[in-house]
Amino acid sequence: MELVMLLTVFVLAIFVGFEIITKVPPTLHTPLMSGSNAISGITIIGALLLAGHVESPHLAKMLAMVAVIFATINVVGGFLVTGRMLNMFKKK
Amino acid sequence: MLSQELANILYVIAAVFFIYDLKWMAHPRTAVKGNRTGAIGMLIAVIAVLLSDEFVVDGQYLIDIPTILIGLVIGASIGAFAALRVKMTSMPELVGLFNGFGGAASILVAAAALVEATHAITSGTHLGMQERIAIVASGLIGSVTFFGSYVAFGKLAEFLAVKWKLYPWQNVIKYGFSAIVVAGGAWLGSGYFGEDPILASLLILSAVIIGLVLLVKKDRFPGMDALKWISALVALVLGVMVVMNPENTLLYWVLAGYAGVLGVMLTLSIGGADMPVVIALLNSYSGLAACATGFVINNTVLIVSGSLVGASGIILTQIMCKAMNRSLTNVLFGTMGPTGDTPDADEVYKNVKSTSADEIAMMLETAQKVLIVPGYGMAVSQAQHAVRDLANLIETKFEGEVIYGVHPVAGRMPGHMNVLLAEANVPYDKLLEMDEVNSMMDSIDMAIVIGANDVVNPVARTDPKSPIAGMPIIDVDKAGTVIVIKRSLSPGFAGIPNPLFALDNSMMFFNDGKKAFNEIIEAVKEA
Repeated sequence: MELVMLLTVFVLAIFVGFEIITKVPPTLHTPLMSGSNAISGITIIGALLLAGHVESPHLAKMLAMVAVIFATINVVGGFLVTGRMLNMFKKK
Repeated sequence: MLSQELANILYVIAAVFFIYDLKWMAHPRTAVKGNRTGAIGMLIAVIAVLLSDEFVVDGQYLIDIPTILIGLVIGASIGAFAALRVKMTSMPELVGLFNGFGGAASILVAAAALVEATHAITSGTHLGMQERIAIVASGLIGSVTFFGSYVAFGKLAEFLAVKWKLYPWQNVIKYGFSAIVVAGGAWLGSGYFGEDPILASLLILSAVIIGLVLLVKKDRFPGMDALKWISALVALVLGVMVVMNPENTLLYWVLAGYAGVLGVMLTLSIGGADMPVVIALLNSYSGLAACATGFVINNTVLIVSGSLVGASGIILTQIMCKAMNRSLTNVLFGTMGPTGDTPDADEVYKNVKSTSADEIAMMLETAQKVLIVPGYGMAVSQAQHAVRDLANLIETKFEGEVIYGVHPVAGRMPGHMNVLLAEANVPYDKLLEMDEVNSMMDSIDMAIVIGANDVVNPVARTDPKSPIAGMPIIDVDKAGTVIVIKRSLSPGFAGIPNPLFALDNSMMFFNDGKKAFNEIIEAVKEA
């Protein structure tokens, strides 16, 4: 894709991020952090892409596989722990 | 198989799900739904990439399923185990650690992309300028995030930069990690030694520096700032070199090595009370690293999600800095501590009165509105359940009202106190923010401070020369009576005495947080 397109997406997403996150109350700051951290595990897409290429060199595949491991820890662990925390927040 | 268009549409849907995830985080009622939405978004994105035509070679769908499965299964098991087993009190460590994994994934994806592309260069493909710069950004930010997060994790789990004796498991992680870094650097470096001995030695040197520095038992040592600047400079120079010679993968590894030194140096000197800022900042970095990786593989969903996380981390960092009235530069590079003309502690504490559980119980009997202000000390003594028990008792037996005042930087990460109190089943609508509590301070008959110090120090309002001058505080000194539960009169993180302890309306209950609350509970039951 064209660089300008990607940069447009980047800038707009930053603004969306600022807009929605300013509304999160301090009570939920920890779940927000661990939840957003799980989202940053989106690198898993890149890792899967490179790990799955049949024809790429051995070293690239190994690196990508370790990347899949790290990113999956991030994603699975992140969403689960956030869910665990959020389940504790109850109203009287 | 999915056409490229269809895969892209699924990516957009995933991005929308992530936006709703964060949007619904704005309220505890919707947050659970938000988190699930985010997880579904991730699943959609993963399915989209696995079925995309990126894996179609000459009209045939070819994908290396074993490699992918091994990665997914190992990662999911470790992640699930850690997430479901961790205690709520260890949450700051876990969040710190998870930030690091995102960074590590970014370093490795960029490296794999580089290796794959240079392999392809021989057969004629070329790596464009955008991809080269993105690879550098990905490696640089990823490495700072990974090593910085490891240090944050180690400091929160109290096995890095401390002088005391460690538990065996702490030693295993501490020495094991150093050994892995040095061995990894040596292994990578020696492979390139024949081609370029100078660069290879530089790489090994960076690994040795990281390995050794992580064993130092102090958080500050001479030459630290020099190392910070040198490693930053070396990383930048190497970044430019990688952009110019992408086919030389060794350059990339040296870049990652020195970015790692930088990450270690930036976080190692950060003290306890500044931890929330650093955790939030690393959170932001992990997003930006994912974003950079998106530019490497030309993928919009990575860019959108990475930017969302980056923005979220930056906002949290700002909130934390504002709550301490300090700039980010000051937190990262400055020192905090008593200035020359700090008042003498003995002088300040001349009129300190101490009290007992029975006396506190008697005062609670007549108090109509009680405010509890928790700090890191509550987390350390794991007093949250005892605190809740006392609050329930006050409400049922004395019919008083109990509210909680939470300072934004109380604890070791943003929202730390809220999570602990939520774990103890304290309803979230009883946890009030600093401004809210301060505006009703006149109506508070009794304030109980547990394990907090600097965030309730009135000096922040009165003495413009103090290191915490201008920091917004919870004005418990303006409440009817103040009870401070603390083991001794030792200073907080800022290292200055707290005149609150000696005020006419304040009394000290010298005790461990949990024990203190249990004793008060007993006294109230007998009253």
